[in-house]
Order: sequence, then structure tokens, then C-alpha cells
Amino acid sequence: MTELEFLKQQHQDGRVSRREFLGRAAALGASAALVSTMLGSVEAHAAETPRKGGTLRLGLGGGSTTDSTDPTTWTDSVMVDAGRALYSGLVEWGQDGKPIPELAESWEIKPGAAEWILNLKKGVTFTNGKTFDADDAIYSINLHRGQTKSGAAGSFKVVKDVKKLNANQISITLDSGDADFAYVLTDYHMMIVPNGHTDWSKPVGTGPFTLDKFEPGVRFNGTKNANYWKAGRGHLDAIDITVINDTSARVNALVTGQVDAINRLDPKLANLVGKNPKLEIVRAAGGWHTVVSMMRDRPPFDNADLRLAFKWGIDREQIVKALFAGFGTVGNDHPIPKTDPYYNSSLPQFKYDADKAKFYAKKAGGTPTITIQASDAAFNGAVDMATLMQASASKAGLKVEVKKEPADGFWDNVWLKGPCVTSYWAGRSAATQMLSVAYGPDAPWNESHFKDPKFSELLLASRAELDETKRKAMIWELQAILHDEGATVVPAFRDWVDGHNKNVGGHTPHGGFDMDNGLIADKAWLKS
Amino acid sequence: MLRLIAQRLGLGLITLWAASILIFVGTEILPGDLASAILQNSATPESLAEMRSELGLDRPAIVRYGEWLGNAARGDLGHSLASKRDVVEELSPRLKNTVFLAAYAAIIAVPLAVALGLMAAIWQGGVYDRLVNFVTLLTISVPEYLVGYILIKYLSVQMGWFPSLANVTPETPTLDRIYLTFLPVMTLVLVVVAHMMRMTRASVLNIMASPYIEMAFLKGLPKWRVVVRHAFPNALAPIINVIALNLAYLIVGVVVVEAVFVYPGLGQLMVDAVSKHDVPVVQACGLVFAAAFILLNMIADILAILSNPRLRHPR
Amino acid sequence: MRLLGHRLTIPALIGLIIIALNVIAALGAPLIAPFDQADVVGDAWGDPDPQHILGLDNLGRDLFSRLIYGARMSIGLSFVITCLSFFIGVVTGFTAAVMRGWVDLGLSRLVDLLLSMPTLIFAFIILSVLGTDLPVLIITIAILDSVKVFRLARALAMNIAAMEYVEVARVRGEGLWWVITKEILPNAMAPLIAEFGLRFSFAFLFIAALSFLGLGVQPPDADWGSMVRDYRDMINLDSLAPLYPAGAIAILTIGVNFVVDWMLSIHSRSHGEGA
Repeated sequence: MTELEFLKQQHQDGRVSRREFLGRAAALGASAALVSTMLGSVEAHAAETPRKGGTLRLGLGGGSTTDSTDPTTWTDSVMVDAGRALYSGLVEWGQDGKPIPELAESWEIKPGAAEWILNLKKGVTFTNGKTFDADDAIYSINLHRGQTKSGAAGSFKVVKDVKKLNANQISITLDSGDADFAYVLTDYHMMIVPNGHTDWSKPVGTGPFTLDKFEPGVRFNGTKNANYWKAGRGHLDAIDITVINDTSARVNALVTGQVDAINRLDPKLANLVGKNPKLEIVRAAGGWHTVVSMMRDRPPFDNADLRLAFKWGIDREQIVKALFAGFGTVGNDHPIPKTDPYYNSSLPQFKYDADKAKFYAKKAGGTPTITIQASDAAFNGAVDMATLMQASASKAGLKVEVKKEPADGFWDNVWLKGPCVTSYWAGRSAATQMLSVAYGPDAPWNESHFKDPKFSELLLASRAELDETKRKAMIWELQAILHDEGATVVPAFRDWVDGHNKNVGGHTPHGGFDMDNGLIADKAWLKS
Repeated sequence: MLRLIAQRLGLGLITLWAASILIFVGTEILPGDLASAILQNSATPESLAEMRSELGLDRPAIVRYGEWLGNAARGDLGHSLASKRDVVEELSPRLKNTVFLAAYAAIIAVPLAVALGLMAAIWQGGVYDRLVNFVTLLTISVPEYLVGYILIKYLSVQMGWFPSLANVTPETPTLDRIYLTFLPVMTLVLVVVAHMMRMTRASVLNIMASPYIEMAFLKGLPKWRVVVRHAFPNALAPIINVIALNLAYLIVGVVVVEAVFVYPGLGQLMVDAVSKHDVPVVQACGLVFAAAFILLNMIADILAILSNPRLRHPR
Repeated sequence: MRLLGHRLTIPALIGLIIIALNVIAALGAPLIAPFDQADVVGDAWGDPDPQHILGLDNLGRDLFSRLIYGARMSIGLSFVITCLSFFIGVVTGFTAAVMRGWVDLGLSRLVDLLLSMPTLIFAFIILSVLGTDLPVLIITIAILDSVKVFRLARALAMNIAAMEYVEVARVRGEGLWWVITKEILPNAMAPLIAEFGLRFSFAFLFIAALSFLGLGVQPPDADWGSMVRDYRDMINLDSLAPLYPAGAIAILTIGVNFVVDWMLSIHSRSHGEGA
């Protein structure tokens, strides 16, 4: 592939903007005519007219026999992707990173951003014939509030009250102002079900498909919802999901044509797809990141200089290369990805520097052994990541040990308990949200015991701030604090990598989650 | 004879009961519980407590065990804690798949292993014997997933003869099933043939040293006839035992092959259930596995006795 | 060529050479391996070159060096585990056969019970509770494995214990230990050695299976079984990486069993002479 073709691919995948493409193509010496032809073909590709009909066969990893159609229980890809076939949300996280209307047609933010008015779409019916209204929306929101087992409970803690204004309007009151609350509503748990629905063996939603067959951990089949309401979506007649948790089996199923698209394409096997003329890699940079969280109040990690020694002693480039075969970017010890509009680009980048590591180790007054508790239950490759850290840090004179923990019970016994533990974050749609859930004053998952009054105050202020310039400055400052004083090491961000047969259209990269932020069943079509 | 079978059955039931206690205690002392295993890192203390009480995990273990045992005796294995589905309903299609795969593999592997073993015994010390010895040692020392990957790579991805996924559904017709599951079956056959074949060879050769075999030779019978007609029937007992062990493995131990070929069998259900601490499902799977093992051993015992002329014709 | 007064066959010679090479690799790993097993010397999956003859592994470490260090961990572990499991299995199996009655019934039922549990899951439970330190790992696998040895040992001893000379010894007032070691063990040696040859290689794979559950050998130490597991996906890319550790296991298994076969043939010949 020439560099120009590579650029074209990048632009097609949405990784390079149109302007950037034009500029870089010109720099490569391509003639204006050639560039515009290429651009034309790219944009024709993007703007292709969807074809109706057909069955899309997906091979997805991240399924289990304990899966359920109850949105509050979702944690992994299969149910997120399958769930989007059954249900719709209130707000969608758009391709450009902005929230766009879904069942909430429009919204109004009251001054201070503590009260939100949502106008709901009229004339939408559930698959059981019931018409969607405010009661359904309130019931669905309340599934994640108060006494709940929902995975979104942390994000919805901020909601003080949800009130019905009329049949198609609700108001949501928050504890404190949050200008990004629309992003909370894009959470994949936040699906709309009819008021009072409890029988999850018979799911009822407003999504593009109705449930046909569901064997948890094995398969999920849906047939077209004839009354689907979304314009320009829901092109397929049927969706056919096979759960394939084994990475090789997934790639092989795509290569042999037994499925049309797969998620979580193993980066080291990406070439099997990339080199195959019938197949294509779909890659999106996003907020998924690995962390090693040290507890800031426990020795030896209460020593800021030792933390800095470790931060300079690990080789992030190496981790991105070895673990993600380059399908990722280095992290800078704060959880905001480069793709986020609020990413602080002025911070110095941590990288492997033995001299700096030695300098800070000396300043810290010694090199006590740092034991990283790692498990592949955290994410596939966590143990390898810790092992790489150990290798580079020992070269820089630090004492690092890796303790491989049993996968079973890891989240229970090690995570949030051990002083230095591997973990991951799937990222959040809004920067302030991500900062709140892991580092904020009432963060439900404060892995690093990060408590900093200045940080908390600034975070609350930034959430309520509606002035873009001021807001940006605040969020930049928050990242700077974590970068310098935080105890969480963010070595790498991983891209979402899917693969598909070129016969699949409308499967576009999205930084939020795999398979077009879970919306593949809604947005994709088959070309023939 | 009947008394013997009744006695074996009784012992089997006692073992099964003991197994249920062992499984229950095992799942109780496992670190972590269902609530946190399901919620992973989206768990908050409140959501955990809520999920625990919803699942009934806050009641004492002994009460839950007593209830379960009573129900199990009546054929009710309870409901999955995670999916709320009836365990019997969840289990039976997968059990059918597991039994199908095991039977399919056994139909090929057992005759093949016995034939190869007898041939090795006939041509003991020859080139064939050495070659088979070498190949079988090779197949037992390579992990089954690697065997599976290699079969997929050549027979599926490159040649396109067989599908790489064996994702059968209850609606799949039997003929399609046989085709879809061919590669996993081949993998299993390669794994189990070696052990059975080696035992056949060893047992037959052991018998070959007996005086009555020498008699047969003195009568001028050809070697293959002596091996097949005289030595083999008398060497059956240990062979049957090893076959039973391998059949039990085909039912209990194929988790890895299921994962590689995406075959919806019982093993994957059990592993998922164990990792999510879904006690009713773990226990049900454990009971099924224990029952299969005990049953196969019982049949092996009885067959071994039947194969022994001295016991077959009591005088 | 002769060893211990017996003529060495060609397979036996090959087997001995294989074992000797492995033992040398295991003992002299730091001297033989060009790099340390933990050193990251290049990019992941780097191609073989004169310095790294087998290429680099998933994290960019020298594959050949890890194979050498893996010999140390894998062979050591498997050998200790197999010896321990044979010790436990043979002693309990013989005891059951000699004592009969309640001891036999109790032990046999217990063993049936343990056998009826899926081994991997059972090991998983025990190791999750007791931790994954090396001694715990060794003892757990050894006990689980000894159950299978028990059945074989008991079956063998049953026949021998029924012989008149054993009964005579019991009547004479000889202790249990004496009967087991002096009367039964020598007569049951052949099948036990044969079983040892197979069990030894099963231990490699079992350690790897545990590592899949996040148990087993701690990083950055290499072991062959886990290496096969870590590299397995690369078979799809025509890489030989997974075949090196798998081949190492296979070759050692074949070597050990060649020697075992030779020992068996000596055994049967020396016993056959009297018959």
C-alpha cells in the first residue's frame, strides 16, 4: 500500500479528517485532480445508498451463558451489540462525537445545567403495540437509580429527580450542574423499555429487530421490526449473532465466510483480514484504556517521587506495540484520549527514560519493591502488560514484581483492594464523566484513592460551566493535575478493531465501543 | 448377576450424593460471588447488595443446599441465578450436543484404537509398531487446541472442505450435524486414540506370554489369529477400563475443543457458570458429569466381568 | 553399547540422548541461553536472525532463551509433580489392596468421588482458595494426579496381594510398609514405569491449562505448556512459534517413553527367563 492509499484508507475509516487528508495528500505531491478523485471515491463509499434486506451474520466475542436481555446487567460486547438490535436509547452518541437525538427528539438545558427538559418523540410504538411515552422513559431511567444492580448506577447517581411534565416531556434534575448530561444518556445501559416491564425472557423494545431466538452465550437471532421508527436505519431483514469467544476462531469464521463481521479483531491477527482482498479492518481510536492503579494513600505509593520514577521507568511505546500490535496510542496518565475534544495536548509525554526514573528513585529515597497484581480477568493481556513494565522498569533500576492473580474473584478480592492493580476502562463519552467516575469526589470506582480538594472543586465547576473556552481550560487543568500528581498510570489507549466482509456497508468506525458503538444492527446493510 | 448390578447402582448413588456435597462446598468456598462476577468493574456496594439479596445469596448455605437436594431428587434442578432460566431447560440441549459429540468421536475412535493396537501387537517390534508408537506419543503430547487450530488452518481455511465453526442448533438436521462437527470430532479422535491404542497393545502383549497362547502357536495357528481370537478376548478387562476412562473424558473434558470450534456443549456452560458462581448450574453440570463418569465405570465393570469366562460361566 | 549390564537399543539410545540434552538445558540454562528469559530484546514476534535463532516471542523476548529456561521450569515441575503423585498414589493404592475391608472401601470411594469431578475445575477451586504459590501448585496437581495412579496401583496390588507368599509374609507378622516395599512394589514395577512415562507429559499440559485460568507459573518465568498457549494464535500466520515449545514437549515425551519401553523389555526378559 502506498502512503497515499494508506491515507485514503485512514480517511475512509474516519481517522483522518477531510482537511487533513487534503493537506497531507498535497504534501505527498499528489495532483489536485488525483486527490479529488480519491476523495470522491472515499466519500461515495461513505455516502453509498443502503440496500434493504438480507441477514447479517455477526461473530462476536464477549458473550457468556449468563447473559440476559436485561440492560442493567450488560457488561460485554455481545449484549451491548445485541441489545441495540432490540431497544433504542434516548440519546445517541453520534459519529462525530456529539450527542444526537434518538427517542428524545430534542432537549433544553436550564441555566446552571442542573435541570434538563427532554422532549420525547411521538408516535413510536413498542414491539408489543404500546405507544412510547413519558412514563416509559421515566421507568427506564429509574432502572439505573436508587436500589439497583445496574452497571450504570454510578453514572446516574447525579440524578436527583425525574418528573413527567406531560405525555411527551420529562424533566431531569441533577444534584449539581452537568453540561454533559446528554452523554450520560448515551450510556449503553440506558435503553428504553415499556413502563413496568420485568419479564426479561420476553424483551419488548423499540429497536430495529424483534427477538427470535436467544441462547445466552451461544446465539441471538432477531427478525425485522416491521414498525421500526428511525428514518434511514434498520435496513436488514434479520440479524444473526454467533458468540465466538476464541480469538482465532473468530478470525477464521470471518476468513472462511461463515460470518460477515466480527468484533475485537486480535491486533496480531489483523493481517489475516487486512491482506485478504475480500475483507476489511474497521478501526477506531477511542477511550478504551489500560491502567495500573496505585493507591495514593498506601506505602510505598504515597511517595510522589516513587510514582514518578515508575511513570518514567515503563516503556509505553513497547506496550502499544507488543500488546496491541500498534492498534493503539500511548497514554499520559490521565484518562482522556487524543480523540476527545478536551484532550490536553500541552502536557509533556511520559516515556521511557532511565535517567529520569533513576533521578526520581533517588529523590524518593530508595527503591522499595513495587508489586503489580495482574490478571487477564482485568483485560486480555494485563499480565503481559505488567511483565513488560517489569522488564523496562528493572532496566531503569527499579524493583518491580508481577503477581499473577487467579482470574476468578479478581474483581472481588483484588481490584479496589490491592495497592497496585491492573485494570481497564472502556472510556466514557464525555471527558468530565470519565474524570468523575474514577477520580471525582464521590467516584464510585476510585481505584487510586485519589482525593484532592482542588481537583474535586475544579471538576464540579467544569461540569456546570457552559462557556466552552473556560470549560476547556478547566478540563485541561484537571488532566494536568492527574498527569503530575495522580497515582493512576495510563500506559496505553487501545483502538476498537473490528473486521468485516466488504459486502457489509454502513459499518463505520466509532470511538465509543466495538461494532460502531454497538449500533451495527441498526446502521449496517448488505451490498448484495 | 442382578445383585451385582444393584450393588453397583447403590454405590454409584452414594458416590453421586457425596459428589453433590463436594461440588456445593467447592462453590461456596470459592472467592468472589455471583453478584460481583456478573457486575465486574461496574459494581458499586449498593448494586452488589441489591443483586445479592435478589439472588438469595444472603441466606445460609446449608438451607440452600437442603432445598436444592430435595428438589433435585424430584427432578427439579432449580433456576439459574444469572439468567433465571430453568436449569434443566438450559442443560438438556447442551447435554444432547455433548453426548452427540462424544458418541460420534467414540464410534470412530474406539474401533480405530483397538484395530491399531491389535495390529501393533501382531507386528510387535516391527516398523509399523515403531511408527504407531511414535505418532501416538506425538498426539498425546500436543495440546488439543493446537491440534484443532492446525486442522482448521489446513482443512477449513486453506482447503475449504469443512467449516471452522461447529455452531449447531437444535434445528440442525442430523446429516448437517455430522458434517459440521467433523473437525472437532477429528481433534478428539486424535487425542483419545493414542491412550486406548497403547493399552490395547500392552494388554494383548501381556496375555501373549501365557502358556495357553503358546499352545495355540504350537497348534500352528497364524499369529494374527492367535492375537485376535485367543489373546484379545482375555485382555478385554483393562482395555474396557481405559475405554471407559476415555469416554468419560469425551463427555467431561472437552471444554477446550468446544471453545475452539464454538460448539455449544456442556463444558462451556460449566466453565461460564463456575466463573460467574451460578451455583445451581455448576451443581447441575457437576452432577451430570459425575453421573456420566459413575455410569460409564459401572458399565465397564460389568462388561469386564462378562468378558471374563470364569465369571461368565460360574460353575 | 550397554547400560547397567543390558544392551542398549537404538531407540533407547536416542531417548537417553534426548533426556540428557534436556537435563543439560535445564541445569545450565543461564549459561546456555543467550539472553535472560525476562529481557525484552526487540519487537514482538520479531523474525529469526543469527542472534535470535528462533525469533522473538509475544513480548519481544528471545524465544530460544525462553525455551531453554522453560526446560528448567517445565521439566523440574513435571518431574517433581509426577514423582509426588506416584508416591502418594502407589502407597495409598497398595495399602488399600493389602488392608482390604473398610480401608479399601473408604479409599476407593473417595478416589471415585475425586475422579468423578472435572479435574480442571477441582484444581481451580483448590488453588483459588489456597493460593498459587509454587509448592501449593505442585501438591495440588500431585494429589489430583495421584487419584489416577491409585486405581492402577490398587488393581496391580490386588492380584499380587492374593499370592501365597504375600499372605505368608503377613502371617509371619511383617509390617505393612515391609510388605508394600519388599513384596508388592518389585512385582508391580513394570506397569507403573509405563504409566509414569505418560503421566510425566500430561503434567506439562496440565500446568498450561491452569495458566489459562490465571493460575500456575508466575511471570516472567517461562514454561513450555504456557508458551504453547501464549503463541497458539500465531499458527494462523504460518509462524512456527507455537510449534517450538509443543515440539519440545513432544520430543521429551518420546524420549522418556523410548527409555521406558527399553526398561520394560529388560524387565519382562529378566522375569520371562524364569517362566
